[in-house]
Formats: sequence, structure tokens, C-alpha cells
Amino acid sequence: MTFITHHCHIRNLTLRHQGKSLFAKTHVTLDDFLEMAYEFLSLNYPKFYKMDRLSKLGFLASEIIVKDMPLFPRYSREEVALVLSNASASLDTDQRYSQSIKTVPSPGLFVYTLPNIVAGEICIRQGIQGENAFFVSEAFDARQIADYVTLVMTSGKTKACIAGWIEVLDDHHDVFLYLVENEKDPEGLVHTAEQLEKIYSLNHE
Amino acid sequence: MKTRVHVAGFGVISAIGNSVPEVFRSLSNSISGISPLTLFDSVHTGVLPVGEVKLSNIALSEILSLSPNTTRTALLGTHAAREAVKNCGVDLKKWKTGLISATTVGGMDKTEKFFNDYLVDSSKGKLRDVVNHGCGRSTELIARELGVNRFISTINTACSSSANAIALGCRMIAAGLLDVVIAGGTDSLSKFTLNGFNSLMILDPNPCRPFDASRNGLNLGEGAGFTVLVSDRVRESEVINSKAYVSGYANTNDAFHQTASSPEGRGSLAAMQQALAMSNLTAEEIDYVNLHGTGTVNNDLSEGTAIKRLYGDGYPKLSSTKAFTGHTLGASGGIEAVLSLLAVEKQCVFANLRFENAIPEIGIIPQLRFESGIQINHVMSNSFGFGGNCSSLIFSRSI
Amino acid sequence: MNELIANLKIQIIEALSLKHLKPEDIGDDQPLFVEGLGLDSIDALELVVLLQQQYNIKLANPQDGTRIFKSVKSIAEFIQQHQTA
Repeated sequence: MTFITHHCHIRNLTLRHQGKSLFAKTHVTLDDFLEMAYEFLSLNYPKFYKMDRLSKLGFLASEIIVKDMPLFPRYSREEVALVLSNASASLDTDQRYSQSIKTVPSPGLFVYTLPNIVAGEICIRQGIQGENAFFVSEAFDARQIADYVTLVMTSGKTKACIAGWIEVLDDHHDVFLYLVENEKDPEGLVHTAEQLEKIYSLNHE
Repeated sequence: MKTRVHVAGFGVISAIGNSVPEVFRSLSNSISGISPLTLFDSVHTGVLPVGEVKLSNIALSEILSLSPNTTRTALLGTHAAREAVKNCGVDLKKWKTGLISATTVGGMDKTEKFFNDYLVDSSKGKLRDVVNHGCGRSTELIARELGVNRFISTINTACSSSANAIALGCRMIAAGLLDVVIAGGTDSLSKFTLNGFNSLMILDPNPCRPFDASRNGLNLGEGAGFTVLVSDRVRESEVINSKAYVSGYANTNDAFHQTASSPEGRGSLAAMQQALAMSNLTAEEIDYVNLHGTGTVNNDLSEGTAIKRLYGDGYPKLSSTKAFTGHTLGASGGIEAVLSLLAVEKQCVFANLRFENAIPEIGIIPQLRFESGIQINHVMSNSFGFGGNCSSLIFSRSI
Repeated sequence: MNELIANLKIQIIEALSLKHLKPEDIGDDQPLFVEGLGLDSIDALELVVLLQQQYNIKLANPQDGTRIFKSVKSIAEFIQQHQTA
């Protein structure tokens, strides 16, 4: 049995941790919101500004879920895995990069035209060296991802897994990221597809 | 693992051939498929060497009886997946069958045509050109052609995508969730990737030289490679004479840089070590390593460093087949899995073309010539992707 | 030269998304890579793009970048030497 110990939502320009709003804005662009959230969290990681929106969203969400209980040295670096998914892959950035081809192709943008770069950014920042995967599906598929994370954690190599959904396309953004561990935390949410569906749908307008 | 995962069949299409026999012929004769770009109009046409599949979209669609509007990625994928299924001797409908594909380019070849028209005039451009853009769409098209609908998934982790698709296929069979999995990947050439890699300045203006001291970058390639994976039960029930099984796989994150590999090759080393641990083999039991070996200054040094850390000077026969096919991106794990399986089946190893001098910092000399009539029991295939995604697969000979 | 250096700083901040910095935070002779601003290989490529787009200078060999992009001053000197009319 595994447990969902922390979760984060980013939707409608609102950042939530364990369902509670941490930071929210209205009437700003997504780009501005992301920078404001970064500054609000006082993260001191200037590379953030170079990231594409997909990576910024994933970066912020992962910072939130580990902020109260750092992963290391509780686990070794290869014991933490990362399983992400979305519908649009890197399309938001692909569009921007395509525009740049008209003048001069931008290497700084091209680097982000793959959906799993966000996994790379999270791993670099957090120091995670375990296995990582990125799935593309039409909508958040709680059953598929719950089964996969369970498989990953049954192998014995992985003791903790950050997993979830990071979707962005133009202004639409929908992030649901969570931490699955073997240890039960005071809240004790059992990791099942049904539980994930429930938490994913919290405050979902 | 409760059941072994056997390879019942495989299919491939690449710059060196449109089928397994054609590809093997090129490999055994050391004939490279790298040539000047002809597929589309670009400032790089006739200049940059690439690994093109020598079939146009029209030709592919006729062979496959598909619409010529199908994306090239889906055409290539269907071609290779069909060959794999034809060769596997399994009745897919009898079992819990899934398709796990991988791609990074998706329908980009059609989308970039649309985009150019659309940018000039937003009422122009044919919407049917973009409707198949998504990575998942090429998988769904392939699934429809194969008649698979129970489980369909698409992985996109850059250059390790199709290796990860194969690993996932193994996992699902081992967990009893599926009995048969068609697993692999496909990617086609596009202006998007050509311009992108060019902006990163890691394309060689000449045919690439993996693991050579004077290597100067990669050549982009395209193609598809698929395997049909089956459980013990399927193998016995369908009386399949499979020559190999997947004995180990592993995936790690290098956690160093978005596109560069760590100098000490820690992610690659960990992937190789963990794959060995899973297969219960020592490093010395590997008879051949099919390297990721893109030909970039960074990858080959990093991967070579990892190999030296694992083996010291006692490394096995190794080569990068990207000097034949180019770097086929999301398809490379699948295509190179097929080449590794050929090495097991035919008991041979392939040449690392255009090698002259070892990289001074590591001194590794790869396999210089095609060699057959040797004992090949275990082959390791490496695939390392942007985003630090490092995967290693091990295929072993069935006795 | 001073105007070129001032403009370069603004352009570099824009091109490399160095939003945490203002032009006065970058010293003329300050190392840009490794220590100093801690830029990486992708940033170097974006500087190649900047040279092309803003100053019409094409850098064929990325290896030259290490020397040219050492500091804002060295970039300015390179531009002055190579600027087409």
C-alpha cells in the first residue's frame, strides 16, 4: 500500500497545496502569474526565467510538494522517481519555437520542445536520479498513472514518486502534482485511482 | 519477474533498409544510409547529411494502403509495426494485447506545412494537415491498422522514448496486465527538428563519426522500430520460436542539464548498472553494447566515460549504429533494439563506421568491422535522451 | 564603445531572460560563464543568435564563443572589429 502524502494544484492562476490556496492572482497573464508565484515562493533559482511555461509550472508545483518535507536525505537520489503526463506534450513551446524559425531558430526555445524536459528541470533542481517517464494522453488518466506508479514502486528500487499531470496550452493551464510514498503521513490518503480522481477534481471549475 | 518476456518478432524501417532483411544486408555489408537531404525544401537541402528512409510519403501510403495525407511518422510506424506483427506468429486477438509507441516529432511534417500558410493568412492552410499533429495520434493510427484497442499508450521522453516503451511493455506483461505488447517507436524528419538541432550547433556537416576523436556532431535520421513482446504462456501456447528475451532494463535521470550529459556519465552508468542488476548478469557477460553514440562531442565522451567506469579497459565489443542510420530521435530506442536483436539472432556484431582515432580522454576503440560467427549471448542497448532521461535495455539469447 | 556596451547589456538580459538582473548589475569585465553570471552552453548559442540578429555577424565556429563571450567588453570589442558597414 502506498500513500499520497502531498499534492499541489495550479489552475485558474491559483496555486494550491493540500487543497488550500497558497497564492492566487486575477487579471494577469499566465507568464506574469508564473513569475509572481516564483517571487512569492522566494526560490532564488534564476534559471527559472529561462524555462518554458511547461517547465515553470512543473518546477513550481514540485517545489510546493517537497517544501515541508524535503526528499533528501530521507531517500537516496536513485530511490525517487518521476512520472508525468499531459495532453499537449510541448505544443505550447513548439508554437513559440516555430515562430522563431521565421527569423532565426532559437536554441533556448528548441531545448524545451520536448515534454520531458520539465522532468529534467525538476530532477536537476531537486537532485532526483531515479527513473522518470512522460505519458501523453487526452485527459488526466488516474487509472493509467496510478497503475504505473504502483508498478514503479513495487519494483523495490523506488521508494518515493512525484507524479501527476502538467498541461499548458496558450492560456489554459492545469497542473496536478503529488508525492507518493510508502510511509503513511498524518493525513493518510491511500494511493488509488479513485482517490486521485477525487483529489484531481477538487476546486476544478 | 514471474514470467519471462520473449521477443516474438520485430520490424524496422530506416535509412539503411525498409525491412529487417534489407537492414541486415546493409549492416553486414557496412553500407551507410547517410546522404544529402532530399525530403523537403530547406536551406539545408543538398547540404546537411541525414538518414532518410528511401521512400516518399506517396510510396509509403501506396504500400500500406493508407491515405497520402497520413503523417510520415504514422506511415513509418505502421510499416515497421506491421512487419513485426507479420513475423511474430501470434494471433493478437486471442490475447490481452497492447500497443506502446513513442514519438517526438508526431505529425510535425504536415503541421509545419500548414503553419507556413496559416502564418501568412489565417484563413489559409488545410486543417486536415494538423488534425494528426499530436504524438498520441500516430499511435492511434498504428493501433487501428493493427487492430489493437485494449491498451494504447504513447511515451515521449526524447531520444530514450522507444526504449522506455519497450521497458513499459515488459513491465505490463510481467505484471500480468497484458499478454502481448507491440512496443517501439517512430519519428520522421522535419524542418522543425532540423532547424532546432542546427541551432544547438550539434549537427555534423559531414557524415557523423561516433566515438571518434574528431567527431563533430550528429546526423538526424528517421524511421521506426517495433518489437512484439509476449509472456511465457503466449510463447508456449502459440509455439513461437523466439530467439531472444528481454532480461533487463533500467531508467534513470542524469539530473545535470536539459540537453547535455554529465561529464562523469553518472546517469548512463547508473542505467547500465541497474539493467545488469535486473538481468542478474555481470558487466563481463555482455557480449556487445549497441551504444547511444550520437557522434556529438558531449554524448560520446560522457557515454564513453560511463563505459570506462563500468569496464575499465576490459570493455566488450561495442559500436554505434547511428553512423548507419543517423540519430532517429524517438525511434532510436526501438530501431536499435531491433538491431540488437539481430545481433543476438545472427550471432554477429556491427561496425562503428568512419572511426579512425579513439577519443583521447577515454581511449575506447569500437568494433571496426562487421563480424559474424561469434558467440553473442547478451546484448545491451543504450538510449540517452534530452532531459537527462537515460535508458538501458538488455536482450539475451533464448536457449 | 560605451554605448555599445550599454546596449549589449540590455540585449543580453533580454535574450537570455536574465530577469533577476539590471544592466548595472553586469560589470563590463565580469566573466559571463562558469563563475560570474553562470551562463551555460545554451546561453552561448543564444548569444550567437544575438550577434546575428542585432549585429549581422555570423559565427561559424561555436568554439570561438569561449573567447569572444568572455565578458560584455570582449563581445563589444569583437563586434567593433567585425561590424559590417
